[in-house]
Amino acid sequence: MMLNPRMLALIRKEFRQMLRDRSTLTLGIILPMTLLLIFGFGLSLDVKNVPVALVLDEPSPVTRDLLQTLARSAYFSPSLATSWQEAEELIIGGHCQAVVRCQSNARNGSLHFQILVNGRDANTARIMGSYLEGALQRFALQRGTPASFQSSRSAPSFGQADLATRIWYNDAMESRYFLVPGVIVLIMTLIGSLLTALIVAREWERGTWEALTATPVAKYEILAGKTIPYFFLGMLGLFLCLAAAALIFDIPRRGSLFLIILDSAIYLLACLGLGLYISAVTKSQFLASQIVIVISFMPTIMLSGFIFDLKSAPLIAQYLACLFPATWYVELMQTLFLAGNVPELIITDSAMLVLFAVFLLACACTKMQKSLE
Amino acid sequence: MLFEARKIGKTFTRKNGQTIEALTDITLSLAEGSLTALVGPDASGKTTFLRLVAGLLTPSSGSLCFAGRPYAGQCPEVLSAIGYMPQKFGLYEDLTVQENLDLYADLKEVPHALRPARYTRLLELCAMAPFTQRLAGRLSGGMKQKLGLICTLIAPPSLLLLDEPTVGVDPLSRRELWEIIAQLRAESAMTVLVSTSYMDEAEACDDILLLFHGKTLAHGKPQAIAKLAQGQSFLLQPPLDVRPRDLQAWLWGQSGIIDAVPQAGNVRVVAKNTHLPVLAKAKALPPRLEDSFMLLLQKDQDASPSTQTRFSPRPPARDTPAPVIVTEHVTRKFGNFLAVNDVSFSVLPGEVFGLLGPNGAGKTTTFRMLCGLLPASGGSLSVAGIDVRKTPDEARRHIGYVAQKFSLYGQLSVRENLAFFAGAYGLHGQKRQERMAQMIEDFELAGWLEVAAQDLPGGLQRSLAMAVGLLHEPSILFLDEPTSGADPLSRRIFWKRIAELSDQGVTVVVTTHFMEEAEYCDHILIQDSGIRLALGSPAEIRAQAQNLQAHVTSMEEAFIAIVQHARHTSPS
Repeated sequence: MMLNPRMLALIRKEFRQMLRDRSTLTLGIILPMTLLLIFGFGLSLDVKNVPVALVLDEPSPVTRDLLQTLARSAYFSPSLATSWQEAEELIIGGHCQAVVRCQSNARNGSLHFQILVNGRDANTARIMGSYLEGALQRFALQRGTPASFQSSRSAPSFGQADLATRIWYNDAMESRYFLVPGVIVLIMTLIGSLLTALIVAREWERGTWEALTATPVAKYEILAGKTIPYFFLGMLGLFLCLAAAALIFDIPRRGSLFLIILDSAIYLLACLGLGLYISAVTKSQFLASQIVIVISFMPTIMLSGFIFDLKSAPLIAQYLACLFPATWYVELMQTLFLAGNVPELIITDSAMLVLFAVFLLACACTKMQKSLE
Repeated sequence: MLFEARKIGKTFTRKNGQTIEALTDITLSLAEGSLTALVGPDASGKTTFLRLVAGLLTPSSGSLCFAGRPYAGQCPEVLSAIGYMPQKFGLYEDLTVQENLDLYADLKEVPHALRPARYTRLLELCAMAPFTQRLAGRLSGGMKQKLGLICTLIAPPSLLLLDEPTVGVDPLSRRELWEIIAQLRAESAMTVLVSTSYMDEAEACDDILLLFHGKTLAHGKPQAIAKLAQGQSFLLQPPLDVRPRDLQAWLWGQSGIIDAVPQAGNVRVVAKNTHLPVLAKAKALPPRLEDSFMLLLQKDQDASPSTQTRFSPRPPARDTPAPVIVTEHVTRKFGNFLAVNDVSFSVLPGEVFGLLGPNGAGKTTTFRMLCGLLPASGGSLSVAGIDVRKTPDEARRHIGYVAQKFSLYGQLSVRENLAFFAGAYGLHGQKRQERMAQMIEDFELAGWLEVAAQDLPGGLQRSLAMAVGLLHEPSILFLDEPTSGADPLSRRIFWKRIAELSDQGVTVVVTTHFMEEAEYCDHILIQDSGIRLALGSPAEIRAQAQNLQAHVTSMEEAFIAIVQHARHTSPS
């Protein structure tokens, strides 16, 4: 495929239209940046600074110590309640997410804890519960007193086993470490599929397609003329995201930067192929954008493992997810960012992306029909 | 022969498996340097034929041959020798004039060395040299169409295909476009095939192919086709105190009469039966193409016999009623641009009022202000005695508005469109059923009720739009270019309807680019660049123009004389 004057003319035309159409730039640059900031700063699956009410039946040095210990932790922000009833009101009113009651046995100095957790969001409740238990356990250990728990959820029996937990790949358990690579996937999908889905349909709607096809341009020239400008826009979006990931969000990058860029380029081509194919088939901007949202954008958010880990999804969902290029790309990005260069995984995923890109671009090319039948 | 089409047939298959025969057995050859017109009513297969020639469609049967070489569909050698301008011009509205030219020059591989000379020549031809940096979307309708033409001509084609290039374009721009084509044909041996619904344009061509339902109805030189109506064309003078359009409306319904149109204060008649008593005093006229066109189209159809055999004109109103529309010193600004500048006129009840002007004259803006869709910047407007600037909603109750572009719901059926708009106008129950039934009867929509509006032929889309505008029995009807792109037969039917509405007392305000249609109006306002140029009855307007240029006879000549005079005297 040579860059000939006709192709260059089409590329130049597409760039000009892109730059003049404010909606393209908004959708292509401003929206992705906003998404990145929202997901990076705003949305967090972490449990931090949870408001906890500490019920003090009788003020004692022990409870004062406990309050200070909890306050020092990054995970809780404790407040005092004078009675169990008051604490219940706090939790019902939504002012605190958990209640801790501490009673010390005057005879042997042992501590008895009661924990009540707001279970509205099951995941967060589980995490909160275990964080609290851990914190209270440590507190009791430091004081050298035995502790017993009474929890509103299934009470764990604490035997003599010593737990040593280590978290791999995301030691600090920061959700943005895996969310930000996921957002990059989302943005590449947005630029690749949604924007291109509009551009062939737009030419049909405005009647320029008929004039274009009556000139001696070839199918592949039209395809290249549409793909190349949006490929550049997509790569620009990628570099902005990578810069933001490194500079604003301090996301560790353990794999090769070259591989990240290369695989993103392949994924972008697959998205462009999909968008152009849908656009050429529907010939309507509205229909094309709806279809793209359903078959490309939604799966990228829900099925690709970007937010919900696929390994814990039902088997059928896992198989279904394999049909979307985003799934492979998410795995690649999360691996390259958090784990490093894992050869088997990278080779399989990249190969899948290449297959998708070739297949979808070929589909788009056959549908760039130069006839009005 | 440069191009030959032999026994071309084209069938389309609908999604429901139904096949439609768009073209049957069309044979046409184009001699080098000739100018040929494709003429026919809506949906007669003109666009399909042009697309077949341009290689955008492949014929189902028959053969196409360009410069001695058979082809079908996409063939690069043929494509580079053909220039095709589709109905929508194919311009990129977000690119400038120069960028559009560059794009098409690149796509058609015009050598860079030849470009400056070609650009200069084409831009000079259409007087667009000062606008090369303007976005194509910001050009007026007439300029867009000229830019579309020069983009098609950027690589000098040996065959130029134009699909209804003059639809929705004012008489001045239309004349300019044909001058450009004439000049280019004089310079090079360019062959042109053009589809049109203007009979005067077809008449000026070397050869005509008249299509009807995808079949050839007539083929030959315009003079030869016009001769088919030899001895059947007459000019009839209306009696004193009788409006020409009343006589015309009556004549058109008579059996034995093929066609009747108002023409410069008289009525032009084409008669099947030349011994009709009404024609006793008529003056015989040499036939013209439009006469034959109407004759050929109605050859197989019997004109619906009228029950009213004697002409009894409506007695003229004794006292002048109060006007229903009054505008005084109306002005509308868009930023610094004055779209309508100090325009005053009034319209009497039951009148047909024509608003004429070139593209960009401010007609649509005036319309929108009268309908309360756009607030005026200054002056006063009252419709049906209601101040539109104060209570536009109240005024809108009395108004029916049919927009320039088809503005109904394409995916809804005819019945659903009627039902929805009836509801939107607040009609319900028995009343709604009655009005819908009435509209279905008046506009002959009964056979199409379940068809989606977007699948209707062009003429019926216009009927449906008008039916919707009349559902709530408005006393005033506004029609913005209702006949653009319509063939003579559908335009006759349209104007008959307008005459009937006017007889029922409905006031009609209409814009049009067909100047002979202004003859149907009681009063005409000619506007240019937002300024009122002339106001009066058709006869008064013609007289005014004759003062400027003595040779003026037709309304089109009168219009051009008045607009050009105004443009020369106030260079702005």
